[in-house]
Amino acid sequence: MDFATSLKMGLKAIMSNRLRSGLTILGVVIGVAAVIGVVAVAQGSQRQVTSQIESLGTYLLTVSVRGRGADKVLTCDEVMELTGGIDGIVGVSPVVTGSATAKYGTRKYDCSLLGVNEQYATVRDLRLETGRFLTQIDISTRQKVVLLGQNVGAELFGPSDPVGKEIKINGQTFTVIGVLAPRGGGPAGTEDDHVLIPVTSAERLLGRRGVSTFYIKGQDKEAVEQISTAISDRLYRRFRDQDAYRIFDQTQMLETVTNISQTLTLMLASIAFISLLVGGIGIMNIMLVSVVERTREIGLRKAVGATRRDVMRQFLLESAMLSGIGGVVGIITGAILARGIASAIKVPAVFPWAGAGIALGLALAVGIGFGIYPASRAANLEPIEALRTE
Amino acid sequence: MIKVEDLRKTYRAGLVEVPALRGVSFEIDRREYVAIVGPSGSGKSTLMHLLGCLDVPTAGRYIFDGVEVSTLGEDELARVRNRKIGFVFQGFHLLPRLTALENVELPLVYRGVDATTRRERARRALEMVGLGARVQHYPNELSGGEQQRVAIARAMVGEPILLLADEPTGNLDSRTGAEVLDLFQGINDAGCTVIMVTHDLTAASRAKRILRIRDGLLEGDERV
Repeated sequence: MDFATSLKMGLKAIMSNRLRSGLTILGVVIGVAAVIGVVAVAQGSQRQVTSQIESLGTYLLTVSVRGRGADKVLTCDEVMELTGGIDGIVGVSPVVTGSATAKYGTRKYDCSLLGVNEQYATVRDLRLETGRFLTQIDISTRQKVVLLGQNVGAELFGPSDPVGKEIKINGQTFTVIGVLAPRGGGPAGTEDDHVLIPVTSAERLLGRRGVSTFYIKGQDKEAVEQISTAISDRLYRRFRDQDAYRIFDQTQMLETVTNISQTLTLMLASIAFISLLVGGIGIMNIMLVSVVERTREIGLRKAVGATRRDVMRQFLLESAMLSGIGGVVGIITGAILARGIASAIKVPAVFPWAGAGIALGLALAVGIGFGIYPASRAANLEPIEALRTE
Repeated sequence: MIKVEDLRKTYRAGLVEVPALRGVSFEIDRREYVAIVGPSGSGKSTLMHLLGCLDVPTAGRYIFDGVEVSTLGEDELARVRNRKIGFVFQGFHLLPRLTALENVELPLVYRGVDATTRRERARRALEMVGLGARVQHYPNELSGGEQQRVAIARAMVGEPILLLADEPTGNLDSRTGAEVLDLFQGINDAGCTVIMVTHDLTAASRAKRILRIRDGLLEGDERV
């Protein structure tokens, strides 16, 4: 029997009992939609978290120093000394943070103040929109110059160019030397709300000595690991206390987050897959009923020459069609569902093309798998038994 | 064409063995028109199932068109039914979701004939039984007589060498029954062997030979 005829026959059988077929298909639709929806949302949030971590800068180590006793901070020179002579370091920048109010004329903006050095741009992969970055001279001579984050610049100056203008930060006058390119979302306040000044000026402005945080950027993943070990050794020698410092490896964090979210995605998808299995049981149930109802039909088909294989194929094709239609509708429903959920919890939805393929494949496999038993029941009917049923 | 030797069939109902045929022997030649008659439970339906390769005997030999049927596997039996035998049943056995044309096409579908040829041959078969105008009707839109004629078209579409009919007039009134029997007459005249199982004596009287079955044994063999 040719495939087109089989397909037509299957479709006829499905269409002859629309409500029943529809309900059976619904089981698969829900299963597939659940898989697609879960995977799309999970992948979307994973991508968001990943990009947030990546926005910190690649191959980045964050070192926080808590110190021991009265010895709480490191001076900038100590930081540079500590990191000196280690291979694979691309840049080091101490960071002093505080909050500040920036004023230009009558406009005010509350922002985060970061005292950094000239390597900070490299360390954090920052880009300038306009102006120039801090130089070593700015740092060593405690220049009162400032780089504005995107939002700060826009808020204080509107569309006009801020470079060269003077603003007041916590009452002191600073000259604007540039504006940073927009960085977009980050956790807890975007970097677009920052102002950057020389670390030396920051110490003076905030009335602090020394830094408790510094960033190190490594060349690559391996370098970051080696740097981390070396810095840890040196800090231990300095403080003789493991609790005195913490090294946060962004790459490692990224891997951890990716691993966790992949595991989570897989787990949720497996749970969703269970509903697909339930849908498969629904198909099996209906196919068994169908075989009983169509005993006479099967008998007649066998009498006019259908072989066991022909009957088997007919019923398998029917259950495959039920699950296949369910799979396609499920993918569409799942995509819509994912979009809805994603916009409700404010994460981007990533349509999982591979996941859709796998879900469709699984749906078909479920349909065929659960169709085998009813189909073989049909195929094994004796023609005379089947014809005798009135 | 048909040679039956000491044909036996025993059914099992739980522990009890029910002998339906207890050793029947006869021969039927090509182009014969035979009626198998007997009361209910005589074993005539069992005999028809065996002759139609729908079932295999418990013992004995059945040679059909030069082939020992009991040696054939299930798929080979299906092939013999498909190519050499046409069936007409008391209950018509048309598939309700298919049109008359599609019902008639069915044996050709399982023979692997392409769609165009299939349709053409099915249409001709329906014209032969006088239903050329009803090809697109569904069985529930046809009268009993018309349904049985569709069934006859289906039986004949594959040009079998044997037409087997099981109580073909059982569900029909005498007038439509006579029309069906006229068709059988024509089919037999055209060269096809016809075997009809019936307990309707009027129907049986149209055959040229009557085999009488009683209690699973051949009781009489008369040529008219």
